[in-house]
Amino acid sequence: MSIYNPPEGWLQAPKGPERLWIGLALIWCIVMSLAMPYWHFYGKQNASGESYRVSAVDYGTRVRQFVEANTVGEASGIPIVEIPPGGDGYLLARMWSFYPVIKMKMGQTYRLHISSMDLQHGFSLQPLNMNFQVLPGYDHVLTITPTSTGVFPIICNEFCGIGHHMMTGRIIVE
Amino acid sequence: MSSKEPDGKKPLQKLMDNPWLLLVLGIVIPTLSYTVWGWIELWLVPPAALP
Amino acid sequence: MASAVESLPILGNHPTDQVRACDTTTLPVCLTAQKFIKLHAVAAVVFLLIGGIAALTLGLTRWPAVHLLDAQWYYRLLTLHGLNMLIFWILNFEIAVLYFASTVLLNTRLASKSAAWVGLVMMTVGAIMVDAAIFGGKSDVLMTSYVPLKASPWFYLGIILVAVGTLVGVINYFATIYIAKRDQTYKGSVPLVVFGATAAAIIAVVTLLHGAVVMIPTLLWSMGIIENIDPAWYRITWWGLGHMSQQVNVCAMVSIWYLLGTLTVGSKPLNQAVCRGAFVLYILFINVASAHHLLVDPGTGSVWKIWNTSYAMYLAVLASMIHGFTVPASIEVAMRKKGFNRGLFGWLANAPWSNPGFSGFFLSLVIFGFGGGITGVTLGTQQINIMAHNTLRIPGHFHVTVVGGTTLAFMAITYYIVPLIFQKDFYAKALCRIQPYLFGGGITLMALGMSFAGSYGVPRRHWDIEFTGGLFATGFDAGAHVMLGIMGVGAVIAFLGLLLYCLLVVAAVFFGRPVEGKPMEAWNEEPRGQIDAEEVDEHKTPGTLVIVFVFLTAFAVYYFANWMWLSDLWEVR
Repeated sequence: MSIYNPPEGWLQAPKGPERLWIGLALIWCIVMSLAMPYWHFYGKQNASGESYRVSAVDYGTRVRQFVEANTVGEASGIPIVEIPPGGDGYLLARMWSFYPVIKMKMGQTYRLHISSMDLQHGFSLQPLNMNFQVLPGYDHVLTITPTSTGVFPIICNEFCGIGHHMMTGRIIVE
Repeated sequence: MSSKEPDGKKPLQKLMDNPWLLLVLGIVIPTLSYTVWGWIELWLVPPAALP
Repeated sequence: MASAVESLPILGNHPTDQVRACDTTTLPVCLTAQKFIKLHAVAAVVFLLIGGIAALTLGLTRWPAVHLLDAQWYYRLLTLHGLNMLIFWILNFEIAVLYFASTVLLNTRLASKSAAWVGLVMMTVGAIMVDAAIFGGKSDVLMTSYVPLKASPWFYLGIILVAVGTLVGVINYFATIYIAKRDQTYKGSVPLVVFGATAAAIIAVVTLLHGAVVMIPTLLWSMGIIENIDPAWYRITWWGLGHMSQQVNVCAMVSIWYLLGTLTVGSKPLNQAVCRGAFVLYILFINVASAHHLLVDPGTGSVWKIWNTSYAMYLAVLASMIHGFTVPASIEVAMRKKGFNRGLFGWLANAPWSNPGFSGFFLSLVIFGFGGGITGVTLGTQQINIMAHNTLRIPGHFHVTVVGGTTLAFMAITYYIVPLIFQKDFYAKALCRIQPYLFGGGITLMALGMSFAGSYGVPRRHWDIEFTGGLFATGFDAGAHVMLGIMGVGAVIAFLGLLLYCLLVVAAVFFGRPVEGKPMEAWNEEPRGQIDAEEVDEHKTPGTLVIVFVFLTAFAVYYFANWMWLSDLWEVR
């Protein structure tokens, strides 16, 4: 009975089906433990969390330089900025927009920086459903390779105040 | 399972019968593994070298 | 229920007139503890109702066809819902469970009556302060209150009061098991349920210490005394409070599974060492999984993330899988001994499904294991989290752990607490019997809707997935809207189950017929099978083996399917 003191000598090794199940569960736990490191070496989708400390002012300045140097068009009043292949792109999250619109080429690898000017935000790329956290004070770098083309919405999925649901952006891949 | 201590209890049972030792281990292990290690990781984040 | 040989004589360390023998189990009940069990249980149900009403409005807002609340009230009631459910309801109930397990099962008095008052008053005042701050309109920061989102100082102060009040209750628990040992009120090792409660209490200490470390500076920051709080530091430390408190729930829930197994069908653990060992694994390793929330965050590296998100190589998952076997296996053995020894599942088919204590407990076990366990481990895989973080898949997961699991287990034990501790009879027993099915079914449907909508990318904590007023037109697949509709229907059903629970409990506690002085009326007739009970081998549990093999298969399929979906995404590192 689980509500009474157990009799003396209760410390016994498991037997029968219980022993079998513990063994199987342990093997499954080891499989799952190995899966994550395995994917870091052989998989293509990893969140390495590469990040640097940055002030909002410095990051804002860098985004402005990036936009001035690489703008190729405009959408909804926001510049479309193409990252040079293999180069660094800067995306800025703030209440309640992503700035600028990022343009990339399929199959090229980019270093996409994301940081916030104000609150915490969520970078959620749709309809792929790839999600990363955006924090003020941290330059979060995603080394990213688009493998499909099209116009991909970015939505914010970290609560950031009353206008949270209006916070959208775009990534264009050709 | 394991060798018997002088008072007839096995070490594993001694651990399970000692809530105070479990309390200490239960505080120390997650605090070091999760919290303190996590804080150190944050402390080691380098400043951004923006061009 | 209790066999005479095993029951304890009333001696203990009780002052005269401060103890009664339970009329049903003959267990000694400390009257001081009984009073605080009642007070905390009543407070818990009040907060459950507040959080439940908020839940209904949220479900009806996220159901796109209804979209009930405006944006401001959606976020305000979401804040209210999270705190009242995850903190106030559950912590109050857990303190009641701790006071019960320590005093009744160890045959001791409660260590300190004044500490119990201090804890109760702090928890109540703190909770009212938080709720008032939320309705005051300056604290729409959701439960996590991620800095630099700022709430009124009363919000943080209230949370600190609740946390410290709970800590006082937990310390009172430790003091009680200390005086029980000192006064030799029991012999040998503590009962398994007390061991599980101790595991919950230990985890609660770690949780509440993290709460103090994160909330005190945040309070000072909201008052303008501290200038800046690092958002990544806040997230790591806050999840020490936010996630670890859910591990308290896991431990408390598993202890209640064992308790209800004994109360409903007289089961006993197959192997005490295995069950206790699993609780030790919880104590040592379950808390590091707070990293689940930080897997796609900047600041921490992959080694830290993998080690911590995997509970140190899944040792706490091993523990849950062990409980997931030993709990149904002990039911199987107990039922086979009662004579239901035919076939693989005769024991399960003949279980007392009309007893809400049993049905609530077993549904909690199934919903937690198949729903919450599988999704939790999979979504908490570092890379798979890329396609789950902050989507509705996350609340889809935790509503089947903490609601379909913990809350349903707490509801199930209530069907014994009211007659045994409050000594009141329930009205409308037919409704009591269907309540666990209504609530468990509703919450499962709701969580399924949430999980599938989240797989389409639908974010959690989001007022309008049409993104009205956004710069760029954005929306979701029609399938996501169907899933959100299913979620809404499930939420309404679950709310009805919750409301029914609250009404039944309030009617019984405040207006019920007193049943003092006589044994509790059993929820079901003692199940009697045909075959002679002597033939049952305690180590033969074929039915449970089949169940756990099905579980492991489902687990593996879901886990590897997610890796497969992940491999279709853009490449990222």
